[in-house]
Amino acid sequence: MGIRERLSGNEAAAIAMKQINPDVVAAFPITPSTEIPQYFSSFVSNGSVDTEFVAVESEHSAMSACIGAEAAGARAMTATSSNGLSLMWEMIYIASSTRLPIVMSLVNRAVSGPLNIHNDHSDAMGVRDSGWIQLFSENNQEAYDNLLMAHRIAEHKDVLLPLMVCQDGFITSHSIENIELVEDEKVKEFVGTYKPKHYLLNTAEPIAVGPLDLQAYLFEHKRAQAEAMKNAKKVIASVSAEFEKMTGRHYEFFEKYKMDDSEIVIVCMNSTAGTAKYTADCLRENGIKAGVLKVRMFRPFPAEEIAKALANQKAVAVLDKADSLNAAGGPLFEDVTSAMFVNGVFVPTVNYIYGIGGRDTTESEIRNVYMDLIEIAKKGKAENPYRYLGVRSK
Amino acid sequence: MAYNLKEIIAQKPSRFTAGHRMCAGCGAPPVARMILRALKPDDHAVIAGATGCMEVSTFIYPYTSWTDSFIHTAFECAAATESGVEAAYKAMKRTGKLPEDVNTKFIAFGGDGGTYDIGLQSLSGAMERGHDMVYVCYDNGAYMNTGIQRSSATPKFADTTTTPAGSKIPGKMQSRKDLTKILVAHHIPYAAQSIGINNFKDLYEKAEKAIYTPGPSFLNVLAPCPRGWGYNTEDLMTINKLAVETCYWPLYEVVDGRYIINYKPKTRLPIEEFLKPQKRFKHMFKPGNEWMIEEFQKEVDARWQELIDLEEITNK
Repeated sequence: MGIRERLSGNEAAAIAMKQINPDVVAAFPITPSTEIPQYFSSFVSNGSVDTEFVAVESEHSAMSACIGAEAAGARAMTATSSNGLSLMWEMIYIASSTRLPIVMSLVNRAVSGPLNIHNDHSDAMGVRDSGWIQLFSENNQEAYDNLLMAHRIAEHKDVLLPLMVCQDGFITSHSIENIELVEDEKVKEFVGTYKPKHYLLNTAEPIAVGPLDLQAYLFEHKRAQAEAMKNAKKVIASVSAEFEKMTGRHYEFFEKYKMDDSEIVIVCMNSTAGTAKYTADCLRENGIKAGVLKVRMFRPFPAEEIAKALANQKAVAVLDKADSLNAAGGPLFEDVTSAMFVNGVFVPTVNYIYGIGGRDTTESEIRNVYMDLIEIAKKGKAENPYRYLGVRSK
Repeated sequence: MAYNLKEIIAQKPSRFTAGHRMCAGCGAPPVARMILRALKPDDHAVIAGATGCMEVSTFIYPYTSWTDSFIHTAFECAAATESGVEAAYKAMKRTGKLPEDVNTKFIAFGGDGGTYDIGLQSLSGAMERGHDMVYVCYDNGAYMNTGIQRSSATPKFADTTTTPAGSKIPGKMQSRKDLTKILVAHHIPYAAQSIGINNFKDLYEKAEKAIYTPGPSFLNVLAPCPRGWGYNTEDLMTINKLAVETCYWPLYEVVDGRYIINYKPKTRLPIEEFLKPQKRFKHMFKPGNEWMIEEFQKEVDARWQELIDLEEITNK
């Protein structure tokens, strides 16, 4: 039995980092993730971790320092949000192509502009093709649990990719909820020590990292990265199973909430899943067979598995908390519908862009989505599939 | 202590090996080689390189010229990257993940583009945080890797591809930034300016001090570029010498805030001597453009005087 606590999402992330006790943390404050390096600094100051904390002068330098530290042979972590991740963008790609299993706590916030400090997923979506593993978390417990699993996944020899654990800014990062923590010793044993095969500080074998990589080799190196991302699926499944053995908490690539007999399903990520589950429960009292598919593992994307899970539905709504501004649909919608198409699943599917810039998404709005789905299911087709939820038209 | 530099060079194998693809007559490779020679033979090093001529010419997959561990990430963040390596070293030493008796030093290299301009923030941050590392700027006075575009290190009136000497605008119209003094303003324990002259003795000694002074150190080393400056490849050492003899590039060091000018020419050569062999200043010698040379000379004089004053003030 773990330790029962009450923590905010940021506290949960900071406690996870404390238990992991990484060699280096390099971070720069940005709302709403600021508290994570702040809490962590107090662990450093009070000697409860062995970490070297690098209080860098920007997020670009935070990721650069993490790359340097991880390549040197250390376990490096960081936390950021929004524009912080945007400023890191160049280094985000370099971290993954250098195959460094850096772990980041990403507290999702709208990317400027205009400036906004509240939650949406535009920051994470901006790096969805960067070669980072992306795990999403509905609540504080999941943000904590995903972080405890992160290094085991990222550092696996068949993976060696950086990983970000996402949670919703303010909605979970600043909300205090009950949480069950794992004992320090158990975390230590579960996470294990980092033993890189090649590293800069190994004096027995100097290495060179980050070459000029021209036409003769770069394609093969990118191909190997793609293969690692495929491998990550198997590793995420096995680490999650092991985690369940330790904690009793069950994690899959995505959660199928009341989908055994569901006819209409909402696909979404992070905290909105909580509202969707509650709404589905309410509708079920009236005999409406509503379900929720909550994506935990966005990268790698479980295309085949999601298509299979949606195959017997009558209508599907994909909720995107980031707009692609492409006149075609949000990022999650495009991935889900593409997965369905290539796997021969033809269920009418509609997209809602919602919650941009922290706009509250209420139970009644989610209920309206389900009502739309009932209509779509009746007609058997989805007209106007690229829709908006909760935005004023004028 | 007396020593023979030639003997040292003979005893210490080069840690920056042949086979790299830097241009003939480039000032940068001998700088890198000499700085690494200042490492004690038993000491290890992790070198960081900013994107630039030196990086793209010395580490083309799957070959490297660096016998020590080397890391390149991007253009503007060699200092931040190296600060991460150094932080890892501290943490891993503290927790016994690295052997106690192993000594590793940290040296970052960037050109003037990666240092004076796009990497200035990253450098400033790393120096202020006090990482035990040396940052070396090999200053060739323009973005040479992308094809000779002006930088904030480019001297006034120089003809570059983004400040072409035209009929209306005669080259770069702004003076060059004084980066070494910006680094001195960080109150780091050691900052110096050097160049490869007189068998590189000045550079060797400064590199040794920089590497073995605990905390952050900065070396600004002028590294001429035959393509960008327009001199004959065999004239590299002459150009270096003229930069010093005209006081265009004074040799000095600042130790704990105290300025020491390492070389004061008995008779300073006029700046024309430095400008004349370089194509980038050719237009300054056209009839009617004498004012440009005069102005250039004035700037060199003023900066030299300022240095002399600083030496006096800080040694009182």
